[in-house]
Amino acid sequence: MARSVNFDLSQPDVEIGLESPADEDVVHDSFSRLIEEQSENNRLSAIELQDLQQDLDEEGRDSLAGLSGPAYRGWRLGSDETEEDDNERQTDRLLQDKLSSATLRILSSMPSRTIGRSRGAIISQYYNKTMQLRRRRQSRPAIKDFSRSARPSIRGYGVEVDTTDSAESKKERLVNNLQILSVGDRERMLRAMPLNLSEKKELRSLTLKKTKTHSSSKLTCCSRLKFYIIIALRHSWYSLLSFLHSLQLWQTRLKKISGRFGSGVLSYFLFLKYLLFFNVFLLLVTGAFLVLPQALYPPKLHAMRRSFTGLELLTGAGYFSDTLMYYGYYSNDTLQRNRENCIEGNISSSASPQCDSNYPSYNMPLAYFFTIGMAFFITCIILVYSMSKSFGQSFRIDKSHAMLAMKAFCSWDFKVIKKNPVKLMSENICTQLKELLAEVNHRKFKNTLKQKLHKLLVHGLAWTICIAATTGCLVGIYYFSDYMHEQERLHDVSKGRLLKEASLLALPVLVSFINLVLPGLFNLVADMENYNSPSIRTYVALSRNLMLKVSVLGILCYHWLSRVPAESDCPSSKDQDPTCECWESFVGQELYRFLIIDFIFTLLDTLFGELLWRLFSDKVLRRKRRPGFDIAKNVLHLIYGQTLAWLGVLFTPLLPAVQILKLLLLFYIKTSSVMMNCQAPRRPYRVSQMTTIFITLLCFPSFLGASVCVTYTMWSIKPSGSCGPFRGNESMFKAGKNWMDKLEKENPHLSLLARAHTYLVENPFFLFVGAGIFLIVIYFQSQVVDGQRKIITLLQEQIENEGEDKKFLISKLQSIHEKKRTPARRLTSQDSG
Amino acid sequence: MGNKQTTFTKEQLEAYQDCTYFTRKEILRLHGRYRELAPHLVPLDYTNNPDIRVPPSLIVTMPELKENPFRDRIVETFSEDGQGNMSFNDFVDMFSALCETSPRELKTIYAFKIYDFNRDSFICKEDLQKTLNKLTKGELTPEEVALVCDKAIEEADLDADSKLSFADFENMISKAPDFLSNFHIRI
Repeated sequence: MARSVNFDLSQPDVEIGLESPADEDVVHDSFSRLIEEQSENNRLSAIELQDLQQDLDEEGRDSLAGLSGPAYRGWRLGSDETEEDDNERQTDRLLQDKLSSATLRILSSMPSRTIGRSRGAIISQYYNKTMQLRRRRQSRPAIKDFSRSARPSIRGYGVEVDTTDSAESKKERLVNNLQILSVGDRERMLRAMPLNLSEKKELRSLTLKKTKTHSSSKLTCCSRLKFYIIIALRHSWYSLLSFLHSLQLWQTRLKKISGRFGSGVLSYFLFLKYLLFFNVFLLLVTGAFLVLPQALYPPKLHAMRRSFTGLELLTGAGYFSDTLMYYGYYSNDTLQRNRENCIEGNISSSASPQCDSNYPSYNMPLAYFFTIGMAFFITCIILVYSMSKSFGQSFRIDKSHAMLAMKAFCSWDFKVIKKNPVKLMSENICTQLKELLAEVNHRKFKNTLKQKLHKLLVHGLAWTICIAATTGCLVGIYYFSDYMHEQERLHDVSKGRLLKEASLLALPVLVSFINLVLPGLFNLVADMENYNSPSIRTYVALSRNLMLKVSVLGILCYHWLSRVPAESDCPSSKDQDPTCECWESFVGQELYRFLIIDFIFTLLDTLFGELLWRLFSDKVLRRKRRPGFDIAKNVLHLIYGQTLAWLGVLFTPLLPAVQILKLLLLFYIKTSSVMMNCQAPRRPYRVSQMTTIFITLLCFPSFLGASVCVTYTMWSIKPSGSCGPFRGNESMFKAGKNWMDKLEKENPHLSLLARAHTYLVENPFFLFVGAGIFLIVIYFQSQVVDGQRKIITLLQEQIENEGEDKKFLISKLQSIHEKKRTPARRLTSQDSG
Repeated sequence: MGNKQTTFTKEQLEAYQDCTYFTRKEILRLHGRYRELAPHLVPLDYTNNPDIRVPPSLIVTMPELKENPFRDRIVETFSEDGQGNMSFNDFVDMFSALCETSPRELKTIYAFKIYDFNRDSFICKEDLQKTLNKLTKGELTPEEVALVCDKAIEEADLDADSKLSFADFENMISKAPDFLSNFHIRI
């Protein structure tokens, strides 16, 4: 681009035409071309020039004179002092004076000020993007698609030539590129273009026209078939999308909630919806592979089948204990059409010949093992994927310094549409801005030593209270669960059966009560501590709550997985006591009870915490403010419930159905309660950060804990000997191993697979190596992030320097104009300098 | 359904589906909403692409926009003539750019255009002052507003020309994780 810059000063000052900026369709992507254009056409950016002209007229105002940016200070370092000072003074002085209109003309047509604004610039920008995309996708244009030229090798092969084409040909090239892209890419490009919808439709119709003309000329019958298949797939995909969108659960309700309460409260309900889909998936998997086959081949029932009393819905025991709901119901043999001929007590024994009949057989233990394993594996993948996506959206590599600017531009929640919440939101933003301003302006006043000690003492006291309360409750749960377990095993006949079953509810009631009351205590303590920053307060309350729930679940898991199986090894007893016979079913029932009681307590909490409190505060206290909706507490409660559901899938394949019902009811109850009783949270709530935290909590303590427990159960605990698909084996995992052995015996060719299984899966060394590789990959990624951070700071410095260069050039330009135009004026300015 | 057959042709609906983030049903629903604003002006039959524009005074009566302090700027930005008179294309374009699945880059571009009150493709101090006044509805004193503007521009302005160009704005927005979820209107 070795064109000479034409600073033609002989041009007279041009009349400012009142053109709308939207009329510009000149393509600006090269500086030299711009200058030439300027001097040829004299096209102006009217509004900007008007503003600058106003500046010219007013005394002592110049938009470029505000040299208080940090870059300016940076420029001072590392250069020759005297010459630098001199240049600076000259720059300052010149910029203080008014800029001539020629300079302004050139300024207003710089590429950075037009790209993104004019249509032509957008088209050329997207042309470049499509070229990049094509290069990435490796679909280079065929030579025959290009018009003949002397050097066909250069045209379009990734060389970004600065063309001097008009807007029309740029558009045509864009259309060419769009047509060559795949359908998905094309749609994504089209949708993401910041153009008018009518222009987008025009581009699209041009592209499709080209596609049609191309396709009709050179399709063989195979390609045509492929073409039709693709069209059919597209139609079906669109109709599926429409169907899914019409299924959009609860759109109107969610819109009402977001209209009144904003994104924070909405995130709770979206999280609920997200959990619902996990449970639906789990239910489909277990239903299709476990429940359905077993339902088609019901096993022989026990002699004593209890009758249905209403209590079963709460306790899950009684009538339900011998149904599809629990582990104990599932048979341990291969299900076949001719069941009577094929009952094998032991899987490892050789199968009787009648079992190998042509009827399809279904190996129940294997199915059970693999279904649960697959369900957990797929859930893990989905969780990790959504966690990383959410993390990517909310984590910023750079430490954000631009707090005020971000607050000004990003804090208004466009979803809120009701008048009062809008007023509340602007008050909130006002308060936050004032706080930020105070922080930025004044130095944070240092606390005196006495104040620091006092604060430390208060925090220490608060944490001591919380930890003491938590430990006390844990100890209580431990001894109470032990006591209740002993009580059941005593077979006290004096108590009625019903009472005995109702006493099973005692432990869940206690645990739910603790889960309800203690977080309230933690909130009170946090209020007492009087944190400065609301986000720290949220995090502290969250971590205390989390600590409580994790430890409660830990104690319960210990109780269910260590105590119950160990103490269930009792000699064959005559009565159908569930504890003795089938500890897995018992644990399944316990989890069912916990879910149900948890739901009841949530209902009570909503009733008392929200409805009655609102009535109380309206009528008795006569306060205008309604109770706020504590998002973190509620989301953590949802996570707790989901952990229970995941723990229970192994023992109760139908537990996801219970959880689905629970979540559905919870949604409707909570939405009604929130709309009636609560108001938007007063404290600022960082939605995407908190959502990321919640998804991380769902993945790490919750899902990981559940899968560790399930894996431990499958690996180490001896299944009960008289019920369930794994009876008689040393561990559930052995079923898989037995199948491997059986397969090897029947099919010597698959011995490789069996040997691979033995050496890889059962060898702990393999796990260590896998974990080691993971850690190395994580380390590399963290180093990459560090490197990127460094590059970002470097680039920022570079941008600042470029800004300085620009200012310098403009001032030099101005000085040339001044020299040419008013020599007298220059003399006076030099005198005064 | 009778509606689908008389409002848009199949090709029109496909074009809308390809160029926006909406599905067929949503586009028809949007047409219903658009028509609600001015039933005497907007015809039911759009198969021959009538050139009808609804004036901004009617569009800002929509419940989604009524209480929004930036409603005038939003309507002006998405209208083709820059005055706020929106055709159906502009209407769909507006809600598509502000919907949930719209990507961050697109939302950033339109946010910049909305906050650029004087349309000089820079957010200067006056633009920021107007933004703040609309946000806080006059709760801040003029001195505080000026101070906030100065500090904000100082923080975000990278090339030190005391205005925010699009690059500065984009850089600042990329550090704000809440932007995507806040800059979203549900229709």
